[in-house]
Amino acid sequence: MQMDERSVKGQLVIEAKNLTKRFGKQLVFKDVNFKIDDGEFISLVGPNGSGKTTLVKIIMGMEKKTDGELLMDKSQTVGYVPQFRNVDIDYPLDIESFVRLNLKFTMNPKKRAENNEIIKQILEKTRLTHLRKRPLGLASGGEKQKAYLAQALLNDPQILILDESTASLDVEVKMQLMDLVQELNQKYNLTVIFITHDYDLTKKYTHRALFFENNTIKPISVDEISEAMFE
Amino acid sequence: MSFLSHTLSEIGFAGASFGILIGISPLAGMILFTMVSSVAVGSLSSESSRREASISAISSLFIGLGILFLSLSSESSSYATNILFGSIVGISSKEVHQLMILSLVVIVIFIVFYKPLAFDSFDHIGARSAGLPTRMLSIAFLVTLALSVSIGAQIVGSLLVFILLTLPGATAKYLVHSVPKLIMVSVGLSLAGVWLGLYLAFVTNWPVTFFISAFEVIAYFLGLTYKNWKLNH
Ligand SMILES: Nc1ncnc2c1ncn2[C@@H]1O[C@H](COP(=O)(O)OP(=O)(O)O)[C@@H](O)[C@H]1O
Ligand SMILES: [Mg+2]
Repeated sequence: MQMDERSVKGQLVIEAKNLTKRFGKQLVFKDVNFKIDDGEFISLVGPNGSGKTTLVKIIMGMEKKTDGELLMDKSQTVGYVPQFRNVDIDYPLDIESFVRLNLKFTMNPKKRAENNEIIKQILEKTRLTHLRKRPLGLASGGEKQKAYLAQALLNDPQILILDESTASLDVEVKMQLMDLVQELNQKYNLTVIFITHDYDLTKKYTHRALFFENNTIKPISVDEISEAMFE
Repeated sequence: MSFLSHTLSEIGFAGASFGILIGISPLAGMILFTMVSSVAVGSLSSESSRREASISAISSLFIGLGILFLSLSSESSSYATNILFGSIVGISSKEVHQLMILSLVVIVIFIVFYKPLAFDSFDHIGARSAGLPTRMLSIAFLVTLALSVSIGAQIVGSLLVFILLTLPGATAKYLVHSVPKLIMVSVGLSLAGVWLGLYLAFVTNWPVTFFISAFEVIAYFLGLTYKNWKLNH
């Protein structure tokens, strides 16, 4: 990944030029072009297996692109809430300790105090303060997602990627989580990339979408988003 | 984790008997076998369920190998019982020094990698997403586990070393919910079991291993009872 001259803060965050990804012989997407701007709340929609998770993994540097270019400022940090997590009912850590896992280690007492302050603020931001001692395995689906979100936000990222974080949540809980993400997007100008199969949430919260279909990715506006894209 | 400790104990048993067969010390044979297999397992592809299945198949082979090595070597069978059941009171002061140095190595690796190891162990997917070198960490983890198995086997024997490595940790999970507390409680339970076991063995002349395992198993069930009680209140 290299630095693009337009990707100064305040403008372009990510740009794909003729981006192509294959797993062996299997084509995921080919010659894809799109841009994501700073402070955007953009959704990635399209059928299962169309390459949404793969694209964000390429953005994260967890997968390699096959061809083309992905331009982004390397100094930007990305917070990623992955699609699958192995947290079962016996999971031992409480919510605060789980969020803490993402802190850097330090022996310096001053830094430690700073870290405690950061944890306190993140738990407040994500409305988890009163739940911080609850074992994560016993938390509800919405509380778990908030904990994942809190952990991903710990290092103060400029880009937040949510991979189907609202799947399997009740409508009300979904809305709460999305209100929270929207607040972060508006207050802190956080760029949000939201992978979803939920038509209503896409319409209500996102500015724009990337539509994945037939090995391509098409940028579309909110008005162009139709229910048919979620079937 | 408990699965791996068990397998490493079996591999350790084969390593110790191999050590006896070729005339190096059982400890050296054990470290050799457990280290090589840890690095091999750590470098295997990441699919963990497939990985566990293949480890499980390999571990049966290692028990067989251990028995073969022992029968091929000319040493008396008391050696075999020493390896399997440990011989804490029979350890020489030279061996004590070796074990101390090895323990120190484990502690140093543990301190250096404490944060990322904790992240990777308690939230592997999160650690990967945060960009941690999880492959390298899993090797570091397995190497310390291999060393711990080798050290523990000298004390309680390779058949029961996995009790000390897994049960106190499993008990701690029922009692406390932060990383430092989990470490303190599980280390505390291990130490309590070993010390109490030694004392009771001295008084009664029954095997140490019996008392240690009885203590850890009782603590485990008490922990489980406590957790269930708390869930209902
Ligand atoms: N590591 C991988 N190796 C091989 N194929 C993969 C890998 N990851 C994903 N795929 C394949 O790539 C395609 C896109 O997957 P994915 O990005 O997970 O889709 P989505 O998130 O849109 O449901 C699927 O056909 C999937 O099977
Ligand atoms: Mg996906």
